[in-house]
Amino acid sequence: MIVKEPISTPGAPNETFVINIGPQHPATHGVLRVKMTMDGEYIVRAEPVCGYIHRMQEKMGENRTYAQFLPNTSRIDYLSAMTYTHGFVGAVERAAKLQVPPRAEYIRVITSELNRISSHLVWWGAFLLDLGGFTPLLYAFDDREKILDLLEGITGSRLTYSYYRIGGLYNDVDDDFIKGTRAFVAQMRPRLRMYRSLVTENIIFRKRLIGIGPISKEMCRKYGATGPVIRGSGVPYDVRRVEPYSVYPEFDFIIPTFEEGDSMARYLVRMEEIAQCLRIIEQALDKLPSGPVMAEKVPRVLKLPAGDYCYAVEAARGRFAVRIVSDNKEIPYRVKLRTPSLSNLSLFEEASQGMLLPDALALMGSLDLVIPDIDR
Amino acid sequence: MKNSLKELVTGFNSLVIGMKITLGQFFKPTVTVHYPHESLKMPKRFRGHIELVRDPTTGKAVCFACKLCERACPSDCIIVEGAKLDGAKKRSVTQYMLDFTKCSLCGSCVEACRDGAIRFSREFNLASTNKEDYIMDLFKRLQDEAKANPEPQAKAAAASPAPPNAVPKAESAQPVSPPQSKN
Amino acid sequence: MTQAIANLLKLLATEPYRLLLFLVCMLAFVGLNAAYLVWVERKGAGRFQRRPGPTEVGPAGLLQPVADAVKLMSKQLIVPAGADTTLFRVAPLLMMSPALMSLAVIPWGQGLAARNINVGLLMIFAFGSINVMAIMLGGWSSRNKYAIISAARVVSQNVAYEIPMLLVVITMIMVTGTMNLSEIVQQQAGGFWHWNLFRVWLNPLMPVTFLIFFICMLAETNRAPFDMTEAESELVAGAYTEYAGMGFGVFFMAEYANILLGCALGTALFLGGWQSPFGVLSGVIWFLLKMYFLVFSVVWIRWTFPRTQFYGLLNLSWKILIPVSLFTLVLSSAMMKLFHA
Repeated sequence: MIVKEPISTPGAPNETFVINIGPQHPATHGVLRVKMTMDGEYIVRAEPVCGYIHRMQEKMGENRTYAQFLPNTSRIDYLSAMTYTHGFVGAVERAAKLQVPPRAEYIRVITSELNRISSHLVWWGAFLLDLGGFTPLLYAFDDREKILDLLEGITGSRLTYSYYRIGGLYNDVDDDFIKGTRAFVAQMRPRLRMYRSLVTENIIFRKRLIGIGPISKEMCRKYGATGPVIRGSGVPYDVRRVEPYSVYPEFDFIIPTFEEGDSMARYLVRMEEIAQCLRIIEQALDKLPSGPVMAEKVPRVLKLPAGDYCYAVEAARGRFAVRIVSDNKEIPYRVKLRTPSLSNLSLFEEASQGMLLPDALALMGSLDLVIPDIDR
Repeated sequence: MKNSLKELVTGFNSLVIGMKITLGQFFKPTVTVHYPHESLKMPKRFRGHIELVRDPTTGKAVCFACKLCERACPSDCIIVEGAKLDGAKKRSVTQYMLDFTKCSLCGSCVEACRDGAIRFSREFNLASTNKEDYIMDLFKRLQDEAKANPEPQAKAAAASPAPPNAVPKAESAQPVSPPQSKN
Repeated sequence: MTQAIANLLKLLATEPYRLLLFLVCMLAFVGLNAAYLVWVERKGAGRFQRRPGPTEVGPAGLLQPVADAVKLMSKQLIVPAGADTTLFRVAPLLMMSPALMSLAVIPWGQGLAARNINVGLLMIFAFGSINVMAIMLGGWSSRNKYAIISAARVVSQNVAYEIPMLLVVITMIMVTGTMNLSEIVQQQAGGFWHWNLFRVWLNPLMPVTFLIFFICMLAETNRAPFDMTEAESELVAGAYTEYAGMGFGVFFMAEYANILLGCALGTALFLGGWQSPFGVLSGVIWFLLKMYFLVFSVVWIRWTFPRTQFYGLLNLSWKILIPVSLFTLVLSSAMMKLFHA
């Protein structure tokens, strides 16, 4: 139910009041403050105020060498840490013209896709928690636990991996990882079917999401929204197809796109993406070459030639791009991190006008924001 | 009219199916581990705080304070000092302090060390109410451990992860159990 | 000695003492249930989510409600400045009392009703509408913007769902011909095919009627998926914000008491009350089994579905439940007139 003009009785004074969806959310969005000017139940203006978790990542990039900045990349968006490390490492490799061995590339793809699945599972559980269904969160975390155990077996960490290195990987995967990943893919597909019948086809859930929070293509383009937000509005924009990187061109996967642009479309895009990730992982496991996992001759002290280098990856939330400006020292001159959540959030103010408050919060949940990603 | 009736029927059906699924999950075993009554074993490559490695032949620390780890650390948590003891050919380490309050477990130090003198421990039970417990004197810990087990432990050497870039063997001391299909 | 005890028992069976004994037992029953339904809910939630639920406090977590009660009682009872003190204090009690009073007419077993009133059903619904007033008073007297909004929503929700509930109950009164709950249960004697749920020759849509009754009961007690008041605390704090400690505790207990009442009513009206499904060995135990099965269903539904949207809730009531229950009412009266006059 969306009304563009706030309903007012003729002759009544137009009173609005401001409520604060404060920096501390019960839901797992993070520390975001939204100042909402409300007219009764309808939102007149929703102004997001970010900056509560600004950790100066880009400034730290100016004070650390390339190898020392690597742990920071995992912590920008901790839910898809591998893909962010991939972005940074790819930028440095592109600048230093390092040739990453194919085995390392394939393992990077496998681990990035596993990370994408785990990020989407967290989003799914938290979104449903916002809507009032408490149980699917636990089911999602059960599946996610398996992914985390797999990744812990090769990297040693469960959330902030710091696994990729400039020129390859920290260490190679073992047979247990490969067997475990195949087993995981085999058991995840029936779970996705269970999620579909438990949640996606549930009438209460559908009533909450269909038609809520429509975002048009033009609005996405205006604010630079990427990822499932723009794919749910009908534009098949995916960095893995548009600016191919790593070995993604060798895999056969579709980009799920839905036309409607409402919250249900964005939800379905992410659920389909999980299925596509499983396909990519299977293909990568089948094609995994043997060989070293680290490039030869990676200088211990890395100095990039002077210039401007950019690398973009498709993270779970959208297009993450790293831009490094170097002046031929071992410490970069500038590291710019283009994060997807900031662009996705910026369309919230326009998209939520005239909506009811709970619907606006469902819209915010469907945008899949991770606040440290906004503030860096 | 017909549409809304159809929606009513499919909607009700979806609710019944949802309830059936949760009832199925009700009768399945729990998937949680009842910590602290039960605990999990950490995998081989688990990243606990670092510890110094003892040379299996001499029983002393492998580290000779080249300070590569100190330089590689992004958070400035390592302080290494070394000195040449009388009668020794090489330097040996005399002080190794790790400020674990700043450590992010990135692994740059372990990777930077060319001689395999530090490795990750598997400590995860590190809760304390005292900040000083986290300023770890790793050299002192190594000496205490050497006093407790005077003979060099071959077990510890086998348990340490292979240095990076080496060709790996299938390490199956703690296999990652393939997830059973819990449906 | 035994003569004295026999005399005492005979005295207790006479009128005022018997009623008093019943009421004391009912208070104890409701109190125990309200506390331990929390345990059932938390354990049930845990099992639906593949985790154990409370296990630490007491064996299998059985002392957890005691720990919760002690915690709530140790908190200071704050009355916010500028709030209407009397109404603020009275609201939780007002919510608890209708449930307690209505339980006096429920037939727990053969001859085991505190008061066998001829208009028992009417009494239950008369007292039931006090609930709405209690939440409204609680929200309004808190002098808190969000509590008032939330209380207003609860009122509209409860009013919307009382109508189909009453229509359903009127259908049942027509079908059974009496408002006396003990008699309704007596009519369902025999095997389970005699239960009102299966009396489709008088009301062909009887299972639908039961379903509507169940849904309305969920909405009246503000349980998920209709729990806007309580869980709306994600966005806006609910009607219970300003209540600290035991004030909130009493609201909580009152909610469980209302659930108990609703399930007891459903059992008596539709599922045969204390009659056994095999026709023999009827007794209190069957009543309790059926009632707790319904309570389990309430918990099951809560942990399966997300919350409905507020207008979805009202749409469901006004656009779906009321027409269907009206239709059922007309259909049953037609069936009764045509075939069973």
